[in-house]
Amino acid sequence: MRRAVLNAASDGAFYGAVAIFVVLTAFPFYWMLITSLKSNPDLYNVANTPFWFNETPTLEHFRYLFEQTLFARWLLNSLIIGLCVVAITLAAAVPAGYSLARMTGRNGEALGIGIFLTYLVPPTLLFLPLSRVVASLGLQNSMWSLVLVYPTFTIPFCTWLLMGFFKAMPVEIEEAAIVDGCSLFGAFVRMVLPLSIPAILTVVIFTFTLTLQEFVYALTFISTSAQKPVTLGVATDLVRGDIFFWGEIMAGALIASIPVAIAYNLFLDRFISGITGGAVK
Amino acid sequence: MAPVTARNIFKKFDDVLAVNGMSLTVPDGEFMVLLGPSGCGKTTFLRIVCGLERQTSGDLIIGGNLVNDIPPRARGVAMMFQSYGLYPHYTVRNNIAFPLKTQHVSRGEIDKKVNWAASLLGISHLLDRRPRQLSGGERQRVALARALVREPTALLLDEPLSNLDAKMRASARQDIRQFQQRVGITTIYVTHDQVEAMGMGDRIAVIDHGRIRQVGTPVEIYEDPADRFVATFVGTPPMNLVARNGGYLGFRPENFLPKEMINGSDAAEFSFRVDRSEYLGSERIVYGVLDGFNPAEVIAAKLPPAHVAEESIRPGEWHRFAVRRGALRYFDANGKRAMSH
Repeated sequence: MRRAVLNAASDGAFYGAVAIFVVLTAFPFYWMLITSLKSNPDLYNVANTPFWFNETPTLEHFRYLFEQTLFARWLLNSLIIGLCVVAITLAAAVPAGYSLARMTGRNGEALGIGIFLTYLVPPTLLFLPLSRVVASLGLQNSMWSLVLVYPTFTIPFCTWLLMGFFKAMPVEIEEAAIVDGCSLFGAFVRMVLPLSIPAILTVVIFTFTLTLQEFVYALTFISTSAQKPVTLGVATDLVRGDIFFWGEIMAGALIASIPVAIAYNLFLDRFISGITGGAVK
Repeated sequence: MAPVTARNIFKKFDDVLAVNGMSLTVPDGEFMVLLGPSGCGKTTFLRIVCGLERQTSGDLIIGGNLVNDIPPRARGVAMMFQSYGLYPHYTVRNNIAFPLKTQHVSRGEIDKKVNWAASLLGISHLLDRRPRQLSGGERQRVALARALVREPTALLLDEPLSNLDAKMRASARQDIRQFQQRVGITTIYVTHDQVEAMGMGDRIAVIDHGRIRQVGTPVEIYEDPADRFVATFVGTPPMNLVARNGGYLGFRPENFLPKEMINGSDAAEFSFRVDRSEYLGSERIVYGVLDGFNPAEVIAAKLPPAHVAEESIRPGEWHRFAVRRGALRYFDANGKRAMSH
């Protein structure tokens, strides 16, 4: 009897704690959703209760977003930037992480930490020197400047992440392949890459998310609407002076966050194993 | 299949001398066991033979060719790792076929050889599974099949049985040995387990601190150890050693028996005080000290229980024990084997 009460109490505490976190994390999405579907009179009437619809929901904000702004273009820009940065990051971080894990001996560890530290330098400092680089390359006011700049923070983190993952992989697999007739590169391509898919997926999702949510570089390097990524476009073009287009802003944020949410949920298990698999060892 | 010769191999890792001048010749078809404690350099030596490490100096000759600068894939040797190193994303069939695929063998030939190797090791029914679905013993067989399938010049095995339980180990020992004799492949087998070494090796090389202390048949290693290290590393319990006349006197526990059990007069007699005794079923091991010698030198005697009743030898008692003179071994002050004092 007493045990049953204790069990119920502990279950209650567990689900209570989970419920708090669910509300905490899901509430912004809920807010985005209802705000984007509310008509303007509903939104701007302070007498209305803000947590639910007081008038009929409308898709007016979404229509405005796609017809009156360059929102579709911003989405496309973000997608292009994201894909390019993912490709650049993979091309650099996979070989770099592998080299640090396997070929540099004890120095690799220190070097890996050093590389990771560069990730911690905030963009709010780095955009000053980087703006000179962007200007001298003639990329100012172009989304290609972001393709150039974003790898400066994605490559260090991803290199470090992959380094940890490669280290945790048993070296005998590659050695067996080398003795069985592969070159070092052959063993890398035929053994290491297929076995690293969880880590590589982690890098892809992580990099894509980082580029999607980046704001400071985009804000400083780009002013033409047609070149903006979605984060910048929504935040700058939908605020005119002191007028906030709340419905459109929320609709834009919602659409931009959906692909990320889907990607995370589909690959959550692999994402976690990618992160922890690298972190423990 | 080919002989393997190592000449004066040295390997230095930073400040550590892992292999300190090893020379060894393994004739074609021989089963050579490298036996030594962990960290003695035996695995490093094996990795040098297969090319995963480059020796700091010295020459390595496989099948008459100097292979110092030949990469592993071109040496034609096969290696079986302690953890097997199976390819987890391949099926057993593709694991075994992999060394042939890298050699661009035709598909028909690959199928034929994979089936041959799989039936030889009794794993034909496992070909479509993946490594994680196999037991330890099955994995070991797959690794062996993969090592053999391309008929390598030499087969290198690095403690292949250490991941198996004791019962499996005995049968796996038998399998590997029989199999090696059938194929007749030059084999170098690394282990720290003297039972494996004695039971499997045509010859054994005993290694300590990066040096080969002795190379010989199991009988030579056991009966005529070249130095104190070999004498005390091989045998359970190890050879008894007592300091005498500036050198050492050695005798195996099974040769140290109550005086009345020794026939003939040509024996060295000792007064032996029994301290404790272990009954192991097939034998009784009695530990104690010798009168007139350093009491820190614990002496073991291995007695057949059928002949020595428990109540006849009890802790605290003194007994007359003896060793036949032919069973005595002498070592000089440096621990090297000597003919006599």
